[in-house]
Amino acid sequence: MYHYDNFDAAFVAARVEQFRDQVARRLSGELTEEQFRPHRLMNGLYLQLHSYMLRVAVPYGVLNSQQMRKLAEIARRYDRGYGHFTTRQNIQYNWPALKDTPDILAELSSVEMHAIQTSGNCIRNITADHFSGVAHDEIADPRPYAEILRQWSSLHPEFSFLPRKFKVAVNGAAHDRAVIQAHDIGLQVVRNDTGELGFSVYVGGGLGRTPMIGRKVRDFLPERDLLGYVEAILRVYNLEGRRDNKFKARIKILVHEKGVEALSEAVEAEFAARDPKALDLPAREIERFRAFFALPELEPKKPVSDRVERRKGKDARFASFCASNVMPHKAPGYVVVTVSLKAIGAPPGDASADQMDAVADLAEDYSHDEVRVSHEQNLILPHVALDDLPAVYDRLASVDLSTPNAGGISDIIACPGLDYCALATARSIPIAQRIAQRFGDGPRARSIGPLKIKISGCINACGHHHVGHIGILGLERAGEETYQITLGGSADEQAAIGQIVGPGFSSENVVEAIETIVDTYIGLRRDEAETFVDAFRRVGIAPFKEALYERSAGSDI
Amino acid sequence: MPDVITANRLTDGVVVFQTIDEAWSEDFNRAAVLADSPATAEALARAKRDETNNLVVDAYAVPVEERNGHFAPKALREAIRAAGPTNRRDLGKQAAGLAPRSGPKAATEADYVSL
Repeated sequence: MYHYDNFDAAFVAARVEQFRDQVARRLSGELTEEQFRPHRLMNGLYLQLHSYMLRVAVPYGVLNSQQMRKLAEIARRYDRGYGHFTTRQNIQYNWPALKDTPDILAELSSVEMHAIQTSGNCIRNITADHFSGVAHDEIADPRPYAEILRQWSSLHPEFSFLPRKFKVAVNGAAHDRAVIQAHDIGLQVVRNDTGELGFSVYVGGGLGRTPMIGRKVRDFLPERDLLGYVEAILRVYNLEGRRDNKFKARIKILVHEKGVEALSEAVEAEFAARDPKALDLPAREIERFRAFFALPELEPKKPVSDRVERRKGKDARFASFCASNVMPHKAPGYVVVTVSLKAIGAPPGDASADQMDAVADLAEDYSHDEVRVSHEQNLILPHVALDDLPAVYDRLASVDLSTPNAGGISDIIACPGLDYCALATARSIPIAQRIAQRFGDGPRARSIGPLKIKISGCINACGHHHVGHIGILGLERAGEETYQITLGGSADEQAAIGQIVGPGFSSENVVEAIETIVDTYIGLRRDEAETFVDAFRRVGIAPFKEALYERSAGSDI
Repeated sequence: MPDVITANRLTDGVVVFQTIDEAWSEDFNRAAVLADSPATAEALARAKRDETNNLVVDAYAVPVEERNGHFAPKALREAIRAAGPTNRRDLGKQAAGLAPRSGPKAATEADYVSL
C-alpha cells in the first residue's frame, strides 16, 4: 500500500495543527459558527442529529492492521466503542466531542490517515474496486491511479471551492465493483487495440434527488493524460456548473442541461489548450506508484485444500460461508474473504472496536497486513491462504463476523437514516434489520440467490437505493415514515436506475412488500440460475406491480 | 402548539434543552415547555444569545405534545433526537434515562404481524 513520504507526513501534520488552532479559536469565541463551519467541514466534521460526526477518509478503501487498530482505539477512547463504514469506503464516528477532534486527527496522522476532504464542495475520497489487485478479471490495478488522483486533488487550490461536492471512482476489472457510472467522474481501466493501458471516462453520474447514469465522454484516454483530462473536466464544471441552486449544482445537471456532446467538446477544448507538460503523467511515475501496490510475495500453494474440504463436509455453515463470502484469489491456493458487517439484525456497516481489532489481528496473521473496506459496507481480507480459511472463519465467528451472506438478500446497504442523520426523512437501519431478520442467512436466503437491496433514508440517496436491484427510499408523509420501492436498478457495468413500482408502503408493511416481490421472483424465474435482476430484465415491472397492488393486501394505496 | 427550545452544546455536540431557569439540560424532561408563540420567540431569542456567547449551536424550537401525561416531541425526528437511535437503546439519552417519558419504541421484525 502507499506510504507517506516526508512531504505527506508534514502536510498532514500541518493540517492537524491548523485545525487545532481553528477549534481553539472556535471554543474561545474568536470564530463564530458561521466562520468555523467551512473549516470543520473541510476536516470531515459535521453536526448531526445527536452530536458531531467525524468522517475519516479510507483512501480507495485500503487499510493496514495498524490503521485498523487505530480506528478501534479512537472508537473506544473518543467515541462510543464503534464506527460505521460507509458507501464511500470511509468510516464515520457518530459521537465525537468537538474539543477532542484535534487529538483524534493527530492520532490518525500517526498512522498516515486524515479526514481531509471527506466533506465540503471539493473532490472527495477517491474510491475503487475493493477487490483491486486480487481479482481474476482485473485489467490493471486501479489503486495507483486512485492514489495519484488523491495526491493531485488534496487541497487543490483551484478545486477546493467547487459548485458542489465531486466524487471520483476508478475500476480496474471488466466487472464494475466501484459503481463508477454513479460518480461525477467514473474511470474504467481498459486496454486499447495495441494493448496500451488507459481509461474509458464517464461523466455526470450521480444519485440523489436527480439520479443520472454517467455518460461516456472518452472510449480511451491514455494513462499519461489522466490528470490533464480530469483537470479539464473539473475546469469546465468549475466555470459552468450552477452555483445559483444547490440542488442543481452537481456536474450531472450541467451534463443534462448543456448536453453531453457540448460538454464533451468543451472538455476536449480545455484539454487541448492545456500546457501538455504541466500534468503529463510519465510512465516511470506510474510505475513508482504501482510498486506501492505490488502483490505481496505469496508462496505458491495447492489450489485445493484438504483441510477446507473436510471442514465443508462436516460444517454446513462453513460451507455456505465458503460459497458466499470467499472468492478465489488470482494467486493459486489463496482466497479473498469478505467479512460481512451485516450480521442478521445488526446495523449495516457498523463494527465495534473489538471487531475492528479482531479484523486487524486477522489481517496481520493471515492477510499480509491488509484490509479493505467495500462500498457495500463490508470488510475484505484480500490475501488469505486457502489452508488458513477454517482458522480465519473460526476467529471471525468468535466476534460475530462470520455471517455467510455476502451478495445475498441480507447483505443490505443502508445509510444511517433518521436514527443518526440530520437530513434524513425516515429510518433506514431498522428496515434493513427487519428485512435481514425476515430472510436470514440460511437456506431460504441462499435459494433467493444474488440480490442487492439498498436503502436510503432520504432523497439524497447515500444508501444508493436507485441502483439497488430492490431499492427502498424512506420518506415522510403527514408525519409518518413511508417507503417507496424501486426495482431493476443496477450498480455494475450494466448500470441502471430502478423503476418506481408504485405507491409507497408504511414501515409496518414494507417488509411484507419486499417478501411479495421476492416470492414473485421465485415464482417466475426460469431456474435457480436466473438471478433476480436477470429475471426483472426479462419480465419487466408488471408482474411485481400486479403482485403488490392487485393481489396482495400489503399495499397502502 | 407548545414548544421546547433545543440546541447542541458547542464543546461536545450533545443535544441540550433550555430549562425554566434559562440554563441548558441534557434531559428533555427538564425542558421549559413554552405555551404560545410569543413565549417561544422570547426563549429562542435567549437561545440565540447563548449561541453568540458560544455555549450552544443550532438552536431551534421543537413542537411538543402531551402524551400519557408527559410532553414529548411531536415529530419522529425530534423524538429520536431527544432519545437516541431507535436501533441502539444503549446509546444517547435513553441510555442515561434522559429520554422523553413516552419516547419512540425500537421496532423489531417480531413486532410486526405478517399479512
